[in-house]
Amino acid sequence: MHLKSEIRNFIVDYFLYGQDDGFGDDVSFLEKGLLDSTGVLELVSFVEERYGISLEDEELIPENLDSISRLSAFITGKIGNSQPMTRKKIE
Amino acid sequence: MCGIAGIYNRHSSKEIPINTLKKMAMILQHRGPDGFGFYIDENIGLAHARLSIIDLEGGWQPIYNEDKTICIILNGEIFNYVELKEILINKGHSFYTKSDTEVIIHLYEEYGADCLKYLNGQFAFAIWDKRKERLFLARDRVGIRPLFYTIVDGSFIFASEIKALFTDSRVKREIDIYALDQIFTFWVTIPPRTVFKSISELPSGYYMIVEHGAVNIQRYWDPDFTPDRSIRKEGEYADALTELLIDSTKLQLRADVPVGAYLSGGLDSSVITTLIKKYTNTPLRTFSVTFSDKRYDESQYQRQMIEYLDTDHSNIQCTYSDIGRIFPEVIWHTEKPIVRTAPAPLFLLSKLVRDSGYKVVLTGEGSDEILSGYDIFKEAKVRRFIERYPHSKFRPLIMKRLYPYLENSPVRSLKYAETFFKVNTGGYAAQYYSHIPRWSTTEKTKIFFSDQLKEELKDYKNTDELSFFLSAEFCKYDYLSQAQYIETKTLLPGYILSSQGDRVAMAHSIEGRFPFLDHRVIEFCCKLPPNIRMKVLKEKYILKESMKNLLPLSIVKRTKQPYMAPDSKSFFSGNDFDYVEELLSEKNLKDTGYFNTGSVYMLIKKSRHGSILGFKDNMAMVGIISTLLLHDMFVKNFESKSREAVERAMEDKGYALKV
Repeated sequence: MHLKSEIRNFIVDYFLYGQDDGFGDDVSFLEKGLLDSTGVLELVSFVEERYGISLEDEELIPENLDSISRLSAFITGKIGNSQPMTRKKIE
Repeated sequence: MCGIAGIYNRHSSKEIPINTLKKMAMILQHRGPDGFGFYIDENIGLAHARLSIIDLEGGWQPIYNEDKTICIILNGEIFNYVELKEILINKGHSFYTKSDTEVIIHLYEEYGADCLKYLNGQFAFAIWDKRKERLFLARDRVGIRPLFYTIVDGSFIFASEIKALFTDSRVKREIDIYALDQIFTFWVTIPPRTVFKSISELPSGYYMIVEHGAVNIQRYWDPDFTPDRSIRKEGEYADALTELLIDSTKLQLRADVPVGAYLSGGLDSSVITTLIKKYTNTPLRTFSVTFSDKRYDESQYQRQMIEYLDTDHSNIQCTYSDIGRIFPEVIWHTEKPIVRTAPAPLFLLSKLVRDSGYKVVLTGEGSDEILSGYDIFKEAKVRRFIERYPHSKFRPLIMKRLYPYLENSPVRSLKYAETFFKVNTGGYAAQYYSHIPRWSTTEKTKIFFSDQLKEELKDYKNTDELSFFLSAEFCKYDYLSQAQYIETKTLLPGYILSSQGDRVAMAHSIEGRFPFLDHRVIEFCCKLPPNIRMKVLKEKYILKESMKNLLPLSIVKRTKQPYMAPDSKSFFSGNDFDYVEELLSEKNLKDTGYFNTGSVYMLIKKSRHGSILGFKDNMAMVGIISTLLLHDMFVKNFESKSREAVERAMEDKGYALKV
């Protein structure tokens, strides 16, 4: 639940600029016209930064990313399955 | 090249306000820094600010016919004036100057409004025909030179730029919200609408007659994409195109001052510079802009061409902060909001040209529209290809061919791009198919409009004006031609040739000339079979064919990189500008009332945070800042802003003020 509301906040701030109209968790971002053709990359960089995971090109599909519910399920699965991230050492 | 202005009173009892007329000329001084000329009669006053290019001694305007019953002021050039003059002399006309302007007068005497079809040039002019008490105004076929007008209090007032009209205190200065809706969708306003409520624009390819209190507007030319029925071989078309381009380039080099050329590193300017070098005796002098940010920079290709042509070259490097710094000046000249910063580097470039002692440059604009160079054309073709068999697994792979130059390419995820293109067809009519992705992405920026603006615009349908403006014929064209027609009628005059063309070049008294926009070239290209304008996905195929033996192969073969400049980053990349802070202050956003304060703040936060900004965010940020600048300079503080400009003109010692 916490994850979903965090994603919602991000979507509302970043793609609706604070104008939340209470859209449902299953509403498609694409059908709602929230993302322009580069929007998915913004979404991906948010997910990668915030949750410390990295997405392969094959994972960039609407089934994984195109609604609050889908994204939340995808992130949960990803975090659960992934090894701890190897971070570059800062010298 | 020059600035023109005039006032016509319906009733001769009213006097022509000479001081206003002078101010109108002076505020156009950047268009014509070499001197002024005026004509004042009972109910008409004409003003001309001159940039002397042809007949430096004798070409002062207004210019008259033999018995001085007709006079003209011209902004622009008539390139075929030598040939026209000969014909007119044979018909018995006599000339007292060596200028190109004078031929229009005698052509008008011979043919009336039909004189326009003989002109090969770029122009906006006004003819006062005293015998008929008629004012005849016209604009070139594709809108290279501007012309605006307004009617107020029994006066018809016109000028090359809107700021000149506003020097008449009777003219109201108020932003038109329907125009904002259009710009935040199409990037341009649909003529005759301009971004100011009281001001209209004469569309390209139109003329107008003002007489006996009535104003009549007529179209005399429109791009015609009806295909040529004669079946010719590809090679024949390529040869014919080469011949035409050589001729138009030679013709456009006619001037009594040295002529330079822009060299971007792209195909079009490489074509023009190569033709100058190989087919004329004009010494080649070239200019370019380079970017500190390598994503926008084309200097690698520029260097190849400089070496290949052995040209005397200068360039100016443009940084983020340069764009942010000069942006207010740019908007003073564009006189409309813009959603891209791309005009700003060209503003710097025209200054470089001026500082190098040049007044005229040849440039490659127009080629993308008439020969099918833009991504939007390719994208539409790909979309149709995929949609024909929506379940095909292989067809979407072709999308990888789009946008290879973009770092954050929207087709990085094919699945997404596919879904995006499928979903996003909006409520647009089928004839706009090619432009739907651009418009539906741009119109998302309207989310930033204030609640009040949204309420006022809720029943407004901007495509109504568009479909009225476009020729009914265009629906009959093939898909590619439909797309090119829309582009040639909207973005070309409304943005490419104005905000990114005439206005930023004339800001530094530089005249751009466009060999691809010689009307003979346009008419030839529009009639070419569409599959040789774009062959499969090879843009400008026939141009590449015609030039492959003249240009380095690396230039002919390179994939087109659209000219772009850094957008939001220019305002938020560590250099904060006072004016941006003031414009985006909560107070100013509330006072002006165009935008939703909370949402604008979210966008600023996003811009400052440095996250990847998509097209929509970038367009919104640039659109918001430019709209607020326009309001500040033209609505709120016009008196002081215009006074400065007029005073600057008066102080300039080079001015000869003759009335």
